[in-house]
Amino acid sequence: MASTNPATAQAWRNDLILRICVPILVLAVLIGIWALGVWASEVPQYILPGPWAVAKALVNDWHTLFPALLVTAKITIVSLLLALVGGVAIAVFLVQSRWIELAFYPIAVILQVTPIVAISPLILIYAPTTQVALLICAFLVAFFPILSNMVTGLKSVDHNLLNLFELYGASPLQTLWYLKIPAAQPYFMTGLRIGGGLALIAAVVAEFAAGSAGAGSGLAFRLLEAQFRMNIPRLFAALLMLSVLGVLIFAATSFVSWLVLHRWHESSLKREN
Amino acid sequence: MVQPQHAPQAAQCKKPLVTMRSVSKSFSSGTLALTDMSLSVEPGEFVSLLGPSGCGKSTALRIIAGLGGTSSGVIDWPSSIINARGLPEGDISFVFQEPTLMPWQTVFGNVYLPLRLRGMPRAAAAPLIREALQTVGLADVEGAYPRELSGGMKMRVSIARALVTKPKLLLMDEPFAALDEITRQKLNDDVLTLWASRGIAVIFVTHSVFEAAYLSTRVVVMKARPGRVHADFPLDPVEDKTASYRTSETYRLACEKVSRSLIEAIGGEDH
Repeated sequence: MASTNPATAQAWRNDLILRICVPILVLAVLIGIWALGVWASEVPQYILPGPWAVAKALVNDWHTLFPALLVTAKITIVSLLLALVGGVAIAVFLVQSRWIELAFYPIAVILQVTPIVAISPLILIYAPTTQVALLICAFLVAFFPILSNMVTGLKSVDHNLLNLFELYGASPLQTLWYLKIPAAQPYFMTGLRIGGGLALIAAVVAEFAAGSAGAGSGLAFRLLEAQFRMNIPRLFAALLMLSVLGVLIFAATSFVSWLVLHRWHESSLKREN
Repeated sequence: MVQPQHAPQAAQCKKPLVTMRSVSKSFSSGTLALTDMSLSVEPGEFVSLLGPSGCGKSTALRIIAGLGGTSSGVIDWPSSIINARGLPEGDISFVFQEPTLMPWQTVFGNVYLPLRLRGMPRAAAAPLIREALQTVGLADVEGAYPRELSGGMKMRVSIARALVTKPKLLLMDEPFAALDEITRQKLNDDVLTLWASRGIAVIFVTHSVFEAAYLSTRVVVMKARPGRVHADFPLDPVEDKTASYRTSETYRLACEKVSRSLIEAIGGEDH
């Protein structure tokens, strides 16, 4: 539909440039204010480093920070994938009957509302390794938004379409596969975007709680370590990497969502008028 | 109610497509939607179910389709193969008031649905789908998504989907109520052409006297609270229903007849 005629393609390109340039400009201005503030107030580096010191720390400590980033990223992504599989599977199971939903949904809610930091000591005791414990924590947090969105999605199917499937003698499996799951896609995507963000938060919080040290430790531990050593530039560098990881996860989940929905769903459409 | 005997087989030249015998339907809320309704529709008929809102015409249509079941009475599809769930297999199609398309599927995918549910591979189904789309005049939009179509076109897709299984009986539940007058007239003519060329029977629910009079070979007028049949009468057969029919004396008389019956049906209630 777009880019069929040159005028709209041009407008679309201008819009894209605007969407990229404006945020970058704002970010640059904010960094400038930060640098200026640090320079003007002469605040010591162990309290607030300037952007230049942070950049230097990022380069110098790359060999420590980057492996840690990979550890955190791996926990986040694996837990998110597990949460996707688990959330969808359990949502499909829950909507099979009212009884099942009545019986099991409250358990999912209890798991969700209990603060993850409070359960993490227990998980650390029961899990075979710290890595597994972190994975479980991140999974528990990311899992619920996917589950609850998916349950809503599976139950929000157009009744006329359900009638149509019944009329054409669709089996429950066909109804699930051809109707309920596609109809739930927009809800699933909302769950995915929320779950992606939460998985990273949970991975970091769980790592704080676990306080695991050594070669296999993640970015959150490096962050704490930097704080103990008053190495504030490195702390900021670690923080920056976590932000970038968060942005990447957000961009990836948004892209997946766009890829799946842009052809048909209202949320991905521009208003024509 | 005494069950009719199966003796007069010889007298019947055609088996009815559907028979309802004193069917009643009440909902779990306690509302009696339909009471003691009997109706038999034979191949080639175009029956309109007409009545005020709440007269159970949509409920009747759903029961005929095998959706929802009855509270009492008998529903049977004498000329269809009955499947394990006690429903007619494949001979009945339904067109809802809304186009009821899957927004995530293209026009092609939407029309493919009934065949897909029967396990027919896409390649084998493609000629049937293209033929159905051709019939409703949408041959060139098979790759479009529903949101790209106008209301009238969506309805045509819905009709193509109903036709793709080559049904003997087409059920239409106020299919054009949400469309503008011009689109509605065009689609009415198209449905008549389909009906005449394919030799299918149609049961058409409407609240429009003019639509019922224009389309039908037979009109069933219903009364509300509780829903029941008020009158069931044929209309004079018209060989050629073209645009000039809309302004003809025959059409005016048909409208008058249907209208009078509907006024009686409504007048019988307290308002």
